[in-house]
Amino acid sequence: MTEPLIPVTEDELHAYVDGELPADRIKAVEAWLETHPEDAERVEAWRAMGQALHARYGGVVEENVPRRLELDRLVSAPRRWIFGAAAAALVAFVIGGGVGWSARTVAAAPTEVAADPQELLRREAITAHKLYIGEVRHPIEVAATEAHLVPWLSRRIGTTLRAPDLAAYDLKLLGGRLLPGITAPAALYMYENPAGERVTLYATPLKAAASGFIYKADNLVASVEWVAENYGYAVSGPADKPRLKSIARASYEQIEKR
Amino acid sequence: MIAFRPSVEAMIPALRRYARALARDPDIADDLVQDTLVRALRSEKLFVGGDLRSWLYTILTNLNRNRRRSLARQPQFTPLVENAPDASGTEAEGRDISRALATLQHDQRAVLLLVMLEGMSYREVADIQGVPIGTVMSRLARARSHVKTALEGARPALRRVK
Repeated sequence: MTEPLIPVTEDELHAYVDGELPADRIKAVEAWLETHPEDAERVEAWRAMGQALHARYGGVVEENVPRRLELDRLVSAPRRWIFGAAAAALVAFVIGGGVGWSARTVAAAPTEVAADPQELLRREAITAHKLYIGEVRHPIEVAATEAHLVPWLSRRIGTTLRAPDLAAYDLKLLGGRLLPGITAPAALYMYENPAGERVTLYATPLKAAASGFIYKADNLVASVEWVAENYGYAVSGPADKPRLKSIARASYEQIEKR
Repeated sequence: MIAFRPSVEAMIPALRRYARALARDPDIADDLVQDTLVRALRSEKLFVGGDLRSWLYTILTNLNRNRRRSLARQPQFTPLVENAPDASGTEAEGRDISRALATLQHDQRAVLLLVMLEGMSYREVADIQGVPIGTVMSRLARARSHVKTALEGARPALRRVK
């Protein structure tokens, strides 16, 4: 006489295959599989999937590690970018395209900028964010350790732009770069947390009414924009509304304290 | 502290395996590993103990997400073609599984590989992705169901070709 079985859930089937099932449920699951051929077939298929993965990729650990991954080389020698050429071409394309784009914007300025400056701001900031967060070796032009970073960017965009301290969010300033903005140059500060997630702060002169913090997510990336005293600002990072808004507020407070 | 570098070094083969399955292109995969190592070495002083293995996988997973975001900006980036079948396993099977992986959404693929290829616990994967365990389990369930369907769909097609 066996006790009536507690029905087995799909989560338990996965846990069973992955060795995560509590020991006291293993017998129940095995009994269940004997009487439920469809579930047994799925479990079998998942196991076969695991074997196929190991057959396809397991051999990688036996390969000799390429010399470019030797730690001593990584510490001393600069990275030989496999993407090097591609990245350079992309940057050239973007800079070339960017000049064309600014020229176009300026030409169309009376209507287009007036149409929705904040939307333009968002688009430019997100574009810069997405482009530069993917750069591992050259995400920035001038490092945070260089004393002239803040004075330089401030001079180019025409206002004091101190880099907010975002240590409260586990974010460290990497540095900054100068970009073609909407109608005038823009500054970009980049921050990074220890796990490699990056957040950028974008700032550029913008003739628009002062506004509150506007959050907008574009798939996995989101930004918060605001306008204050004829400057537009945007904080961009992984889509997380409360966090990004809080970062934006902290940045605003520190920038306005100048 | 002395143990840091040797510990990182010991992880390189496994990181390469994960990256290879994640990116599906051997060169891009090694780029990801290289960038992960550069970052790990740079942050050596930030690493105050804890699980080195999870930390390295977290960096690699995030780097791959960043890379995909910046690739998404290029409208006509052609999908990567699987062109390096491994010697082990039959070629057709290897192509099937890597094609099936290609159909997965990024976070689902990462969960599937971390659990099935890297043998991580649900808890470790949850920490790596920064999500609750329940999310890991639903991603895993969806990934397995997708891959199963993709593999079943692939077989008749192969027979037709023959």
